[in-house]
Amino acid sequence: MLDAVFFYLFSLLAVGGAILTVTRRNAVHSAIWLIVSLLGVAGLFLLLQAEFLFAVQIVLYIGGIMVLFLFVIMLVNLEEASRQSQFNKQWWLGLACALGVGAEILYVIAKGSDSFPLPSATAAAQGGNTEMIANALFRDYLVPFELASVLLLAAIVGAVIMARKRV
Amino acid sequence: MDFLNVIGLIPLFPLAGAVIMLLMGRKLPDRVVSILCPGAVLVSFICSAGAVAQLAPLPERTRELVQFLWLPPLNAQWGFLLDPLSSVMILIVTGVGFLIHLYAVGYMANEDGFYRFFGCLNLFVFFMLLLVLANSYLLMFVGWEGVGLCSYLLISFHYEKKSAAAAGMKAFIVNRIGDASFIIGILFLFSIAGSVRFSDVNRYLESGRLAPEIAGFGALSTTALLLFIGAMGKSAQFPLHVWLPDAMEGPTPVSALIHAATMVTAGVYMVCRSHALFERAPNTSAIIAVLGAFTAIFAASIAVAQDDIKRVLAYSTISQLGYMFLAAGVGAYWVAIFHLFTHAFFKALLFLGAGSVIHAMGGEQDMRLMGGLKKYMPVTHWTMFIAALAISGIPGLAGFFSKDEILNQVYGSAHGSKPLYVVGLLTALLTSFYMWRLMYLTFYGQPRLRTPAHESPPVMTLPLAALAAGSALVGWLAVPKAWSFLPEGFRLFRTWLEPAFGIEISKTESPEAALTTLSALAAIAGIWIASRLYRRVWQGPLYRALAAQWYVDQIYNLVFVDGFAKRGGALLAKFDVAIIDRGVNGAGRLGRLSSALSIWWDTWVIDGLVRLSAFTVKLAGYPARLLQTGFVQLYALVFVAGVLALFGYYVLR
Amino acid sequence: MPGTISTGHYLVVSTALLLIGALGVLTRRNIVIILMSIELILNAVNINLIAFSRHYGHVTGQVFAMFVIAAAVAEAAVGLGILIALFRNRGTVLADEIDLLKW
Repeated sequence: MLDAVFFYLFSLLAVGGAILTVTRRNAVHSAIWLIVSLLGVAGLFLLLQAEFLFAVQIVLYIGGIMVLFLFVIMLVNLEEASRQSQFNKQWWLGLACALGVGAEILYVIAKGSDSFPLPSATAAAQGGNTEMIANALFRDYLVPFELASVLLLAAIVGAVIMARKRV
Repeated sequence: MDFLNVIGLIPLFPLAGAVIMLLMGRKLPDRVVSILCPGAVLVSFICSAGAVAQLAPLPERTRELVQFLWLPPLNAQWGFLLDPLSSVMILIVTGVGFLIHLYAVGYMANEDGFYRFFGCLNLFVFFMLLLVLANSYLLMFVGWEGVGLCSYLLISFHYEKKSAAAAGMKAFIVNRIGDASFIIGILFLFSIAGSVRFSDVNRYLESGRLAPEIAGFGALSTTALLLFIGAMGKSAQFPLHVWLPDAMEGPTPVSALIHAATMVTAGVYMVCRSHALFERAPNTSAIIAVLGAFTAIFAASIAVAQDDIKRVLAYSTISQLGYMFLAAGVGAYWVAIFHLFTHAFFKALLFLGAGSVIHAMGGEQDMRLMGGLKKYMPVTHWTMFIAALAISGIPGLAGFFSKDEILNQVYGSAHGSKPLYVVGLLTALLTSFYMWRLMYLTFYGQPRLRTPAHESPPVMTLPLAALAAGSALVGWLAVPKAWSFLPEGFRLFRTWLEPAFGIEISKTESPEAALTTLSALAAIAGIWIASRLYRRVWQGPLYRALAAQWYVDQIYNLVFVDGFAKRGGALLAKFDVAIIDRGVNGAGRLGRLSSALSIWWDTWVIDGLVRLSAFTVKLAGYPARLLQTGFVQLYALVFVAGVLALFGYYVLR
Repeated sequence: MPGTISTGHYLVVSTALLLIGALGVLTRRNIVIILMSIELILNAVNINLIAFSRHYGHVTGQVFAMFVIAAAVAEAAVGLGILIALFRNRGTVLADEIDLLKW
């Protein structure tokens, strides 16, 4: 019962925050609402007994990415942009297509909803969540892990180069 | 020497003379020319006389000498035939020809082109000899054409004079008409008889295979008529006579030789040579007789009103030729030849005498400006006096015997007719009249001269004398049979010619004595009338018509020249413009039309296809262009749309 | 409202986030907002992965979600770098004013 309440609460945060993110004129406002949405998502993670990822979400996503966003927003002058119209010419087409896709997915989900009962919480039996992830990550998925670090390295280098002032 | 074997040489002497004149005549002095050319003719005469003399004792009195086979398909040879008929002709041609050459030495002295004149004259003698000595129609035709050519050359001898050149052309053209008919006739004859040799043709005709055409007008009559038309052209019979008066533009010796004694008689010779054909075509013979008689009186009537001395003589020649054809038409061929013989003498004499007069008058030919020349030119006068008597038919002289015989035959022979006799008699009257008018105007009466005249040199008067002797005497060679008090020798001419003409001349039941008296009376009457009337100046439409030669020249001009040539030319020009040019224009327009079509096709279809392809590409490009916006969100939208479609497929499935 | 929250509910949430994110990407002119919308989409994916990880009892889903987060980080960094470079060169952050690849 409590699950349901929290679920709905976090869902509301996520979805509501998302909606507001997408519709704000001021970019900073959008960023803040994104943070709210991410918090909601983090909560959902927690409900799904993915504690490690809940933490990672908060620390990395909100603390890292969103901060980065905010910095960049400050760096770039968005005064001019905020006075313009915010939605482009194809908004109705985009809306239609997105809703169409959404409808299709929901339909699929609805059709197969019988196969989605939530199993009981068996996650704790295997030790802590973090342990399990660590085991999987460093044993089974070591190579992807290393590759991910190479990816991050590339990202750093790329970001630095892109943002550098050409002299 | 055996003259008979070299009869082929007889024509060659004058030919040699002509060739020498052609090659180097310009460089030779006149004296050399005057010896060379008459000399050539003299040699020919000697050979001819010798050949004839040697021919006489032969039984069949024929000698044929064939040189070579000339045209095998037509079986024509280059051969010469000497028989009584051709012997008479060669003697005339070479004898009278020689005398005229001699005369011309004096007449043409101090003229430009002395050598050219004699060269042409010699060439003429060559062709004429070829004509009379030929043994086939084809070779005769070569000579026929040749004399026509020489006549043209000699008539327009003074080529700077426009009238002379025009006269030459007229002669040649009118002659040509006759020649065309002649050659067609020869070909007809060839198709009938299978050969063109005289002996073959005569043998074929006399073999009796073909019946004489009494009733209709068949192949024989047509052939005969065609041949006669050829003779008409050459011998100046109506209506092809118009060239002879104008031919008087040539120098007088030319008129004497060609247009009196020899060339114009070629027609008569040809008809007599083809007597076998004409005997078997009585309708054509009748036509010949009628035409001959008509021409005789027609020409005589014109001669009455002419003032140019040479023109009178020209029409006189036409008239006398009419007599010859009249004789031939009634079947009296030997008489025609006899008249030809005598006519050669006195007509040549008349012309030479006239030439002497003209020479003395410094070129004047109008008789109205002459008169009283008797005392200035005695020899000329007396010789012309004899000739005038002869042509009038005064008894005793040459012309009397021949003309009288013609009239007798016309009256009494089986083919003769009385009306033609009357015509002949009237013509005799007119002949006498116009000839003595000429004599009176020229020699007697008060002189109307502007400049004094003088007698001609001996080189001119000697031939006159010789010809006068001939005119007087040769008539006695053929006295009528009725004059039996004279020995047989006086009928030599007729007996000589009999073998050539085959059939026995029918004895005429004519009152000969009466007819003879009539013709003599006609002659004397003519002289008397002339003496009374010669000086009258006449007017009136009849006179005008006669003076204008019955307007024949004007009619010909209107019909042929204006009508055919000019109007025909205009018609052809119109045809050319209307039809030919339209055709050409039409073709041009067609070309332009097709090119316009081509342009349209090229612009709209070919280029259209090209432009269509470009247009299609552009058209296909529009939608593709819409996708290339450079607008990233559009690309994202396309992603989503794709996802939608993909999902949709699975959802709907 | 059903009492028991099944996996399906999480999927619905994930779908909603996906939709909204897609809308943002497709619709907004401001590039910053577009980048944020991309983050939303990635989050939707994460929810999906972890829901199924819980459903099947594997931890693979969560590991995958980790990598997704790592990719998201990299992408955000580079994307923002590009944004800065773009702003410097073009002077604009509006997506439809950058159409150099237009025909």
